[in-house]
Amino acid sequence: MKEVTRKIPKKDALGLLLGKPVYTDDLAPKNSLIVKILRSPHAFAKIKNIDTLEATNIEGIECILTYKDVPRIPVTRAGQGYPEPSPHDWYILDEYVRYVGDEVAIVAGKDEKCVDEALKKIKVEYEVFEPVLDFEKAEGHSSVIHPEKETHPMFEIGFDAQKNIAASYEMEIGSVEEELKKCDVVVSERFYTQAQAHVAFEPHSAASYIDMQGRLVILTSTQVPFHVRRIIAEAFDIPIKNIRVIKPRIGGGFGGKQAVHGEPFVAAVTLKTGKPAKIVYTRQEVFEATYSRHPMRYDITLGATKDGKLKVIDMQGLSDTGAYGEHALTTFMVAGSKTLPMYNKVDAVRFKGKVVYTNKVPAGAYRGYGAIQGNFALESAIDLLAEKLGMDPAEFRRKNMIREGETSPIFKIMGEGREGVDMVVRSCKLNECLEEGMKLINWKEKFPRKKISETKYRGVGLAIAMQGSGIANIDMGAAVLKLNDDGSFNLLVGATDLGTGSDTILAQIAAEVLNVPTEDIIVYSSDTDLTPFDVGAYASSTTYVSGNAVKRAAEKMKKLIIKEGALKLGLDESKVDFDGKYIYEINGNKKVSLKELATVLLYTENQKQLISDASYVGEESPPPFMAGFAEVEVDIETGKVKLINYVAVVDCGVTINPNLARIQVEGGLVQGIGMTLFEDVKYSPNGKLLTNNLMHYKIPSRLDIGNIIVKFVESYEPTGPFGAKSVAEIGIDTPPAAIANAIYNAVGVRIKTLPITPEKILMNLNKK
Amino acid sequence: MIIKFKLNGKEIVKDVPVHKRALDFLRDDLGVLSIKEGCGEGECGACTILVDGKNIHSCLMLAVELDGKEVLTVEGLKDKTIQNAFVEAGAIQCGFCTPGFIISTKALLNENKNPSSEEIKEALEGNLCRCTGYLKIEEAVKLAVKMYNKGSDKK
Repeated sequence: MKEVTRKIPKKDALGLLLGKPVYTDDLAPKNSLIVKILRSPHAFAKIKNIDTLEATNIEGIECILTYKDVPRIPVTRAGQGYPEPSPHDWYILDEYVRYVGDEVAIVAGKDEKCVDEALKKIKVEYEVFEPVLDFEKAEGHSSVIHPEKETHPMFEIGFDAQKNIAASYEMEIGSVEEELKKCDVVVSERFYTQAQAHVAFEPHSAASYIDMQGRLVILTSTQVPFHVRRIIAEAFDIPIKNIRVIKPRIGGGFGGKQAVHGEPFVAAVTLKTGKPAKIVYTRQEVFEATYSRHPMRYDITLGATKDGKLKVIDMQGLSDTGAYGEHALTTFMVAGSKTLPMYNKVDAVRFKGKVVYTNKVPAGAYRGYGAIQGNFALESAIDLLAEKLGMDPAEFRRKNMIREGETSPIFKIMGEGREGVDMVVRSCKLNECLEEGMKLINWKEKFPRKKISETKYRGVGLAIAMQGSGIANIDMGAAVLKLNDDGSFNLLVGATDLGTGSDTILAQIAAEVLNVPTEDIIVYSSDTDLTPFDVGAYASSTTYVSGNAVKRAAEKMKKLIIKEGALKLGLDESKVDFDGKYIYEINGNKKVSLKELATVLLYTENQKQLISDASYVGEESPPPFMAGFAEVEVDIETGKVKLINYVAVVDCGVTINPNLARIQVEGGLVQGIGMTLFEDVKYSPNGKLLTNNLMHYKIPSRLDIGNIIVKFVESYEPTGPFGAKSVAEIGIDTPPAAIANAIYNAVGVRIKTLPITPEKILMNLNKK
Repeated sequence: MIIKFKLNGKEIVKDVPVHKRALDFLRDDLGVLSIKEGCGEGECGACTILVDGKNIHSCLMLAVELDGKEVLTVEGLKDKTIQNAFVEAGAIQCGFCTPGFIISTKALLNENKNPSSEEIKEALEGNLCRCTGYLKIEEAVKLAVKMYNKGSDKK
């Protein structure tokens, strides 16, 4: 392959480093009104009275909108397939405020100064209720977070607002209770994960204006432009045709921008005033009033026979969706559907639980999307079981994990919010990932521990993981290719490059089919007026789903070029081929260059625009796999953990661009390491997020991570574009369990609640 | 207060309110878009600028403090070696934090022509990145060093 597997730089790389206007705030109309939000100081309250008169009279203020001034239509902010599996429980503004940071009023004015002043002058009287802050006490709490009758799910998701339940789910294969009785060894443990923050460096930003045709144009930092268009249309009850959503370059997303956030507020201002408006969230607002990862609790029971065969997995969970049920059911199900199939030889599996509302920052999509939560619990428990069996945990996994050509009944039973699809794992080199990782970390030598000094011990630990490649039968991506007169092509995709490099990957796929240099493919993404539909960048879908669409569109383009080339040469189509430069006679001398053909087609003979399009929906969602190995040094005097080495061996199929695949894995690993060791979330007793800035919420810097080694074990996924699977999420999944297992192996302390702080280690060491 | 300073080689004389941050003055009033506000409290480094050769978080600096100083941002880098090294090494993802890294790299290489891995890590500690995992950024700095050394060999 010529273009696929090339380590070419990201197409936008240099352009991002010159200070050109590329992000939403750079491109927002210069005369935009500044929009800011008055946010609730209470975790749960009802607005009794709101007086905006004094604030409205401040010079420069254009409008102040409260719940009385905007449509009250229940929607979900989550940008997912349609009908959405998230309950419709959110209103542009509401008389209830359900967390500290919830929106009370939208203020727009000519500059920051007047808007800030107006925010202080709005007088609000609240009726304050007792908030629900502990998710383990949310179900059946006397405070009902969504008492309003309009809130509803679009289909059956186990929703029961009166009990503060956003969603629930239950499935069982075989009989867990019966099979457990037959097991020689059983372990049962409870695990907790925290509400990790995304911290994409570009804060959520959106701008809007009315174009010359009177349509609403929204410029926004989003992962899901087409979902934004649909949700805004629904929330304001305006036709989709009257809205255009443009996604410029995006400063990171990680799931945090798989939703509408600032868009409805600027839209409300523009629709009211007719003027351009923009909102740029402060970092504090991003922490307090966008999304976090769903904190989850899992009770895991595993059963095995004494020869080391895993027989039973029982996962019972509780997930905290915060004030709104965005991605509630789907993240919960993924905790099972993207972990359980790894151990496909069991006799019984159960996965059940509830997702509850609390008066906290809403949880939403975040890279890993439930899989990392489930993985921490399951892969920690697997080590506990292996120890009880007296087996090497690597050997236990080798014996029980999924192999190429095998399947799992989970694939069919658990989809995302609904049934999944039956599927055989056509590409799986998990076994090689495990073997290679053991070599790279030097498992045989280092497992389980080495004493370094009187106070320091080193240990190694591992975890395996899987993810998916888009959501089968739901996620659709489309592509359009257009031939220009110099023989170059425009590739128009609705797929959303968040900084990942997907524009470049998609260009490489088109270039490979057409046998042209990637440099000749000019990519534009994404604009709901100009680019074809794509659900957006989430669920590890772009390379696989949008990539397959691009591949098909390019194959069609190649056929069109051959057809028109044959006509030009006066030959039958079957007699000619296209090599990327020339359309030529297969057994003869006649040829015409693509450039000449393209020019002629546009200007002189048989004139027409060559254009091709294709759509793709995956019938399967082939999982990428990986094995992660951590080597840690634990100081038993301070409890401090130093990550010495992290080895990640990944099977993501063929890497379309090995550089971009590698940086995706490296970035995912470091986010996973952050969640494991540093990223602590704290609330005040009355429900205010305390870890609301980068001083108190510590993400890893270069000094906090040790040596990281990423290696790819290549498989070939027959349904993927040129053998590729996804790579965006898989890297984040293993650090929590692998590091927890390594710490246990080093000092015998099993931490079951993330993050693993020195305090927790010391407290457990002291208990011993 | 009227201040006079050099921005990317150009003399600027402007009247600025005393409370205005250098970040807002440079980005909003003078249109220097490479300077990004990532956190507003000196933690992330997305707003890093070079002031008299030192890398400074412009969100923690007042515009009036620029008086008499020489300021450099990526817009003013005539020599694109560092940017090219970041591109070549594949050290860029979303790019929002990267101009800050470029400026911190510039500050490092002004002082130290052959930094060790540890020195690179320390020099970039004030710049946070959530996309890349930092490894390729370190490679990019090493590549820039190599490119400079190659360049000076030729001379």
